[in-house]
Amino acid sequence: MELQFYHILIPFLPLAGFIINILLGKEVTRYKAHWPAVLFVAGSWVCSLFALRDVMAGKIVNADLYSWIVSGTFKVSVGFLIDPLTAVMLIVVTTCATLIHIYAIGYMHGDTGYYRFFAYMNLFTFCMLMLVTGNNFLQLYFGWEGVGLCSYFLIGYYFDKKSAADAGKKAFIVNRFGDFGFGLGVFMIFLTFGTLHYTDVFSNVSLMVGQRVNFLGWNADLPTLIALLLFCGAIGKSAQIPLHVWLPDAMEGPTPVSALIHAATMVTAGVFLVARCSPIFNLSEVAMNVVAVIGALTMFFAATIAVVQNDIKRIIAYSTCSHLGYMFLACGVGAYAAGIFHLYTHAFFKALLFLSAGSVIHAVHTNNIQEMGGLKKYMPITYAVFVIGALSAGGFPGLSGFFSKDEIIWSAYAAHTPVGTFVWILALAGAFFTPFYTFRLIFLTFHGKNRGVHHEEHGHGSHHGEHHFHESPKVMTIPLMLLAVGAVAAGWIGIPPILGGGAHFAEFLKPVVGHPEFHGTHAEEWGVMGLSTTLALIGLGLAAFLYLRTTDLPVRIGKAFKGLYTILYNKYYIDELYNYTIIRPTMWFANHVLVAITDAKIIEGIVNGVPGAIGRFSQSLRKIQTGLVEHYGIFMAAGAVFIIALALLLR
Amino acid sequence: MVPLSWYMVLSMIVFSIGVFGFLSRRNIILMFMSIELMLNAVNINLIALSHYLQDMRGQILAFFVIAVAAAEAAIGLAIVIALFRNKATAHVDEMKEMQG
Repeated sequence: MELQFYHILIPFLPLAGFIINILLGKEVTRYKAHWPAVLFVAGSWVCSLFALRDVMAGKIVNADLYSWIVSGTFKVSVGFLIDPLTAVMLIVVTTCATLIHIYAIGYMHGDTGYYRFFAYMNLFTFCMLMLVTGNNFLQLYFGWEGVGLCSYFLIGYYFDKKSAADAGKKAFIVNRFGDFGFGLGVFMIFLTFGTLHYTDVFSNVSLMVGQRVNFLGWNADLPTLIALLLFCGAIGKSAQIPLHVWLPDAMEGPTPVSALIHAATMVTAGVFLVARCSPIFNLSEVAMNVVAVIGALTMFFAATIAVVQNDIKRIIAYSTCSHLGYMFLACGVGAYAAGIFHLYTHAFFKALLFLSAGSVIHAVHTNNIQEMGGLKKYMPITYAVFVIGALSAGGFPGLSGFFSKDEIIWSAYAAHTPVGTFVWILALAGAFFTPFYTFRLIFLTFHGKNRGVHHEEHGHGSHHGEHHFHESPKVMTIPLMLLAVGAVAAGWIGIPPILGGGAHFAEFLKPVVGHPEFHGTHAEEWGVMGLSTTLALIGLGLAAFLYLRTTDLPVRIGKAFKGLYTILYNKYYIDELYNYTIIRPTMWFANHVLVAITDAKIIEGIVNGVPGAIGRFSQSLRKIQTGLVEHYGIFMAAGAVFIIALALLLR
Repeated sequence: MVPLSWYMVLSMIVFSIGVFGFLSRRNIILMFMSIELMLNAVNINLIALSHYLQDMRGQILAFFVIAVAAAEAAIGLAIVIALFRNKATAHVDEMKEMQG
């Protein structure tokens, strides 16, 4: 199918919104900056629906728009590949972006950087759409770096706050590690195939089976090497172990940013990358196992950390880490469609959780759930949608999260490999932890008595102070309700056959990512489903028991297992580990070698030494300049004689 | 008919007098006059050769030299007057403000 006008509009409408707001925001649009921003993103959403209609009719677009770089045999264009995978990503990105932009009108109301916020959000949407629509690796890389840049801008949005500025830097620098590997992977693809276009690469992918290449003195299997290098980028962007440390800190940004960038879209780019490159990953069992194991470990460790945190947004951030782990786990056992399905449902329920948390923060002005409590009666809508999001995230039957999570757990079980079984056990543990920590969050935030301290400082009693809480405005609650509908119903398009559905989602993606072969009976499938649901119910029940009935018990458990609690509370000391093994030595090297020797001695030596030498030379030369005309006359005459003599002699 | 070499010898003598005068005199007016001598030695040479080669370009160049010499004399004398007003002397040994 030919490239249509609305395909081009999908990424470029948000770019137009960005240009309008960044150029005119300060003087013209100001507190009306949301109009261009929201309208252009919504327009992009409409265009995405048209694109989805085409793809569902079986029409796949793969066309070049513009020849970007031509250098010898290296040719790259700006082009669009809109196939089922891209269509799913387009719907996820534009739907979430539109709703979150609308929500942000209320959340960011009156902020001094209002236009700047919307400009960067639009730029982010543009980069994300370029990332998913690109038909070659370089455009993917462009979008990849673009979303990273916007993430940096928006994490450090409150740049006058040091922790926010630091968190932005941290996110950017940690991502550098992953992107370095990703860049090398793209180079290797070009070296191997001589092109960066998906279709050319993936149709010739079988050529590299069995090829070996010397990489840093390591005789590596080529598909494994390329897959692992690409996966490096995914680890960084999608906050997997060992590069997950930036995501919790990224919560310094405004909440809509956390919802859009650090839950629904950007962090899922890694999963998209793995699914997009599934032909390469399929060639390497080692790479697949690495993907599955890293995903499963991240899922488990992030979930355990989330259990003891007290910052409402950080809990959800660790939950995001954990769910991204689920997606990688699915990709790692070959069930790419299940991973993308979870990406799709996760976008709705996690954006919903973040935005509801934002609504809570908007009302109580604190992030610490230990200072909340009893908000249910003040914020009924927020409470209702939060519970829906949590049930969906926890995988309770009938909701979106259930179908996608069950699909992943079943895929891991049905893979029948040692790695598959290992990740299956961790996935079941995750099925227990997710509802536990989300409902711990809900019970501490919305139930019980208010434990807020700052309201009593008003001096007119706590029962008066409580009346300060109020539900968020409609511009915030309506997007919440729409997302809640998504969190409930978005998964219904992927109901597995065993529950009477058609697994339309997996069928839709089959042309792109294939379908793994499962060996399992219906009884096993029912059993696995029952097991994960039971675990989820136990998690919920335990949370209710600990945080509703015996509210003093969690503290006592924490005291009894002090060692474990401290380790979890300090996030396994990963930040401290990096601080001592990487940051401190780097800083020492910078201060004692680069600043003290390279900079002060070598660079300064050259920079100051050259003019110093010229100065000393001219000090001796100035003695010639006597100021007496006759001396100059003699020099001129002597020079003339010398030149004439030279001319005569050399004739 | 005076041969060319005589003109050249005359030019050379005049030029040498100019060079010697410029280097040996200390009075700035005399140095100026020496410069004029050198320029006129060049003019003699140009015109003699122009006539010998039957080419008018030498004479045109001589006019240019005369014009430049006139301008130079005007500016130079103005500088000399300004100097004399400031230092009350025309002796170049006493002017060494430009020493490095």
